[in-house]
Amino acid sequence: MSNSLLTRRGLLKTSAVAGAGLALPTIFTSGASAFTNDPTGSTVTLGFNVPQSGAYADEGADELRAYELAVEHLNGGGDGGMLNTFSSKALEGNGILGKKVEFVTGDTQTKSDAARASAKSMIEKDGAVMITGGSSSGVAIAVQGLCQEAGVIFMAGLTHSNDTTGKDKKANGFRHFFNAYMSAAALAPVLKNLYGSDRKAYHLTADYSWGWTQEESIAAATEAMGWQTVEKVRTPLGAGDFSSYIAPVLNSGADVLVLNHYGGDMVNSLTNAVQFGLRDKQVNGKNFEIVVPLYSRLMARGAGKNVAGIHGSTNWHWSLQDDASKAFVKSFGTKYGFPPSQAAHTVYCQTLLYADAVARGGSFNPCAVGEALEGFEFDGLGNGPTLYRADDHQCFKDVLVVRGKENPTSEFDLLEIVEVTPAAQVTYPADHPMFAGGALGACNPGA
Amino acid sequence: MLGLNKTDSKFLLIVILLTIFTPILMQPFAANSGLDQFNGGYPDLMQKVAIFGIFAVGFNILFGLTGYLSFGHAAFLGIGSYAAVWMFKLLTMNVIPAILLAMIVSGLLAVVIGYISLRRSGIYFSILTLAFAQMCYKMAYSVLTPITNGETGLQLSLSDPRVLDGATTSTSLPVTNIFGLAMNSSYKVEALNRVFTFNVGFYFCAIIAIIAFYVAIRLFRSPFGMMLRAVKSNQQRMNYMGLNTKPYTLAAFVISGMYAGLAGGLLAAMDPLAGADRMLWTASGEVVIMTILGGAGTLMGPVLGAGVIKYLENIFSKINETVLHSWFHWLPDGIEEVVVWIFARFTGEGWHLTLGITFMLVVTFLPGGLVEGLKRLARLARKGRKKTDKFDESDPDHTPPPSKHVV
Amino acid sequence: MDAILLQVLNGLDKGSAYALIALGLTLIFGTLGVVNFAHGAIFMIGAFCAVTLSRILSLSFETIDPTKVDFLGNPATIKTPYVEAWFGPEFGGALIDWAVPLAILFSIPIMIAVGFIMERGLIKHFYKRPHADQILVTFGLAIVLQEVIKYFYGANPISTPAPEVFKGSFDFGAMFGFDPNVIIYPYWRMVYFLFAAVVIGAVFSFLRFTTFGMVVRAGMADRETVGLLGIDIDRRFTIMFGLAAAVAGMAGVMYAPILSPNYHMGMDFLVLSFVVVVVGGMGSLPGAVAAGFLLGVLESFASMNEIKSIIPGIDQIIIYVVAIIILLTRPRGLLGKRGVMEE
Repeated sequence: MSNSLLTRRGLLKTSAVAGAGLALPTIFTSGASAFTNDPTGSTVTLGFNVPQSGAYADEGADELRAYELAVEHLNGGGDGGMLNTFSSKALEGNGILGKKVEFVTGDTQTKSDAARASAKSMIEKDGAVMITGGSSSGVAIAVQGLCQEAGVIFMAGLTHSNDTTGKDKKANGFRHFFNAYMSAAALAPVLKNLYGSDRKAYHLTADYSWGWTQEESIAAATEAMGWQTVEKVRTPLGAGDFSSYIAPVLNSGADVLVLNHYGGDMVNSLTNAVQFGLRDKQVNGKNFEIVVPLYSRLMARGAGKNVAGIHGSTNWHWSLQDDASKAFVKSFGTKYGFPPSQAAHTVYCQTLLYADAVARGGSFNPCAVGEALEGFEFDGLGNGPTLYRADDHQCFKDVLVVRGKENPTSEFDLLEIVEVTPAAQVTYPADHPMFAGGALGACNPGA
Repeated sequence: MLGLNKTDSKFLLIVILLTIFTPILMQPFAANSGLDQFNGGYPDLMQKVAIFGIFAVGFNILFGLTGYLSFGHAAFLGIGSYAAVWMFKLLTMNVIPAILLAMIVSGLLAVVIGYISLRRSGIYFSILTLAFAQMCYKMAYSVLTPITNGETGLQLSLSDPRVLDGATTSTSLPVTNIFGLAMNSSYKVEALNRVFTFNVGFYFCAIIAIIAFYVAIRLFRSPFGMMLRAVKSNQQRMNYMGLNTKPYTLAAFVISGMYAGLAGGLLAAMDPLAGADRMLWTASGEVVIMTILGGAGTLMGPVLGAGVIKYLENIFSKINETVLHSWFHWLPDGIEEVVVWIFARFTGEGWHLTLGITFMLVVTFLPGGLVEGLKRLARLARKGRKKTDKFDESDPDHTPPPSKHVV
Repeated sequence: MDAILLQVLNGLDKGSAYALIALGLTLIFGTLGVVNFAHGAIFMIGAFCAVTLSRILSLSFETIDPTKVDFLGNPATIKTPYVEAWFGPEFGGALIDWAVPLAILFSIPIMIAVGFIMERGLIKHFYKRPHADQILVTFGLAIVLQEVIKYFYGANPISTPAPEVFKGSFDFGAMFGFDPNVIIYPYWRMVYFLFAAVVIGAVFSFLRFTTFGMVVRAGMADRETVGLLGIDIDRRFTIMFGLAAAVAGMAGVMYAPILSPNYHMGMDFLVLSFVVVVVGGMGSLPGAVAAGFLLGVLESFASMNEIKSIIPGIDQIIIYVVAIIILLTRPRGLLGKRGVMEE
């Protein structure tokens, strides 16, 4: 096959020039530093790996805003946000260990492959010493595995599956966000108070690993308080029209519908269920109810008025009135003009927690950071007193049970807090069967 | 050389040289020059270009030669990856058995899918392959989770048997290697204010890519390749002449399926994770687009197309507004905002827009793909010669024959 | 029995969505010979016509209400839609409530314009190019259209409710003597089904009973001969393209209350609509409609628990299984014509 002569020559010339440069190599010995991407200059680079295309692009955009805010605060800019309320005072607003914080961003496309490629380029090309982000469990687990192998710290973003700190937990990975078990443990008592202990539940579950852990958790928690599970139906991810799954619900004898869906699936299945008039029906002499275990305010907007009166759980909400939440909402709202989402909150916290752990541990070495985070107890980040448990790198903190508002006063005011379930009630032993099957392994500093 | 004629030998030699110097060629900008954002010379991207190059070259054996447009090639890529990761889990971290198994398994799947799908032609064939691939994807994502690990993707774990590697007490996961040489080890050279990374994994991919490329050249030039082209130009006539074309097209389908499986195996060898996303129809579409973008029916085109798309995906998506501000900070404030706003639409979260516009521009103005663009550039540069028209040189490999209007 | 009836109803509804999209696609794909990967994007733009109209109707002016505070503690701004201020809260509110049906009228001129611009500006240069080139250029166009919508509307789904009147569902079971609540069916879905039937009927009678339709059909059969007769078939094909875009766009508008629109919904429907068109048979409009309903009903059946318990995951792949079986038993799909897109 012919290419042009000239192009060939041109390319050969270029190669020759580049080859000449090889004459005077200075060899970098990779063993010089004790860990991957040791920041030797006056700056340190963090990698923010969020979905910028696909279904979760808006959540990714909100996460990026929070990251930028966190970096600004770490470098001493802005009003300091939650740095002022954070219980640990190791951070001084002069970057991390005196190094100015810089960041690179990438697009996970909500696909494991793309997310890993993006994280790899941050590690290999940009020298990122920590990777954080993600808006789905599959991606978080995939990137967490990569970071473990590469020897950098991974601070998980929005990932709710039990597996992230369960069977797929890794020594280099840390999660601030809550998980499916916690959602279920927080929701069950509230549901019992509202709807009684004699209920029959019908589960519609997104047919992939997060959906399964959510279904397993909520079914176990509701059965423990006396509910029966009538049916568990798996629905294809991205089914769009859920009518053929929702239509048989009324005839099954169930009087509660649990939608173990997230994102677009949640919006569509909830919209369909309300369209079918399920909430106006009476079954077994009781009002028919719908439950959405994991709420996201950004996504709830897509369901509009349909969320009114429907209960679920969330990691954090901007209407919380503690000083830390107020400080965060103020600095985020002043900068961007609207309140932050739970995704924004969790990634902001993760960035601060990482920086603080480096400052306390005195090193960017992933093993030192891990040691500083393990068993770390803190307060002042909006969720009350929180523990980063050493056994599985999961944060234990209060969980919010929320309800869709009947009469929202603005486009952000969609959820109201029904109850703040204390951390003790959602804490589980590290060897709980739903989280079994994995091992943290040893921390890997890479290099 | 090696059974190639003079032009082809020269061509292959150039490809080999280009591949060897990729880590240097893809690092054209000095560090801190402000343009180093555009450097692509890091292992992951170079590996991806080589691997997707193999994938596209293989796809082109089917599409470029026979004209059969498969919309399900991602299934072979995916199953190759799964096979390879299972090999890493069960047998050994050495990449050779994994890659061999990936090719075998994808070849078998290609025999089945090809045998059924090739009963139809044209758009019907495309939809059949698409349907098979989507079935593979949907099942891998849900019901086959015990084998594929569903959404999360198949990963290594400490408790895997790995019978050939023997027991280790290590608490960290082993890395893929070839007879002990780790795929992720790199040799870094600092020169000319640039850091060049020579990565074992990349050179391994590159050697396989060159072999795959050589095989493709031989195929294109062989009587078998000629037969396939005859199928493309008029299958009916071939049938009337008493030739059964099915074995030829099936062979082409299986070979290109094995190329895809090889690419999938290599992906897993570079990064031991196999996700169902690799089988999604968009992944099948991606290889179609790489091939057409570069130039269908040409040898170099698919590789070029793969390079351009992977480069856009990895480099453009990382240019965020902060980077843009650092580029244009010298502009007056108001103008800077405007310029950054405009650029931000095409980079960072807007990188898809750049991708879409690239597709439209290339296919509208360069009907033969990027290869055609290079040829035109060359012709422009060759000033002394007589003015030529683009129709003057007829090279059947570079200009796909205009298809008949279907109506 | 009741469960089967219920799934037939659901299937008809799903089927009418598939049929509408496939109808538009087959007008372009099977008649003009263009593989249009941007067709899903046209459907998506239709859905966003509904979003846009409801946004326009809700355009508001702001007044400051000192008694309430917003999330930052500043005095809250109260938004009052202009239409409510102009026409009184009752009529104005009704206008906003009826945004989706009104968007049908709003979308037709827009979608026809989109179709014209696409055909004249881009597609017409690709009639004689290989299908692969058509795929690449229309795929590029689809990405560009998506990104434009994403820039203006964000990536999350946007709630676009149907009018209040259509809220709730109708109890078919009670009507036919089954137990109450056994066969229920939302009012809006009934509207959607009727709407689809009307649109499909209109397109068919347009092609069947008008001179214009006759010429187009002749052009589909033999473009060159019609051209030789001195008829400007190109212009008619442009109009056909506009018509196809309008059909897809209206399907999108009416689907918005069922599926909250987001910028990538077009891509989700694209593969499916191609499968429907090809199963129906290339170049056959009745085939596309029949395949749409067939696949819709079968998909609904496959999602029944009784069937899922026999073959797990069948609802994920049923469409593809059916497509493969049909294409293997009937070489040109249900009603396809010989020689269309077979080379």
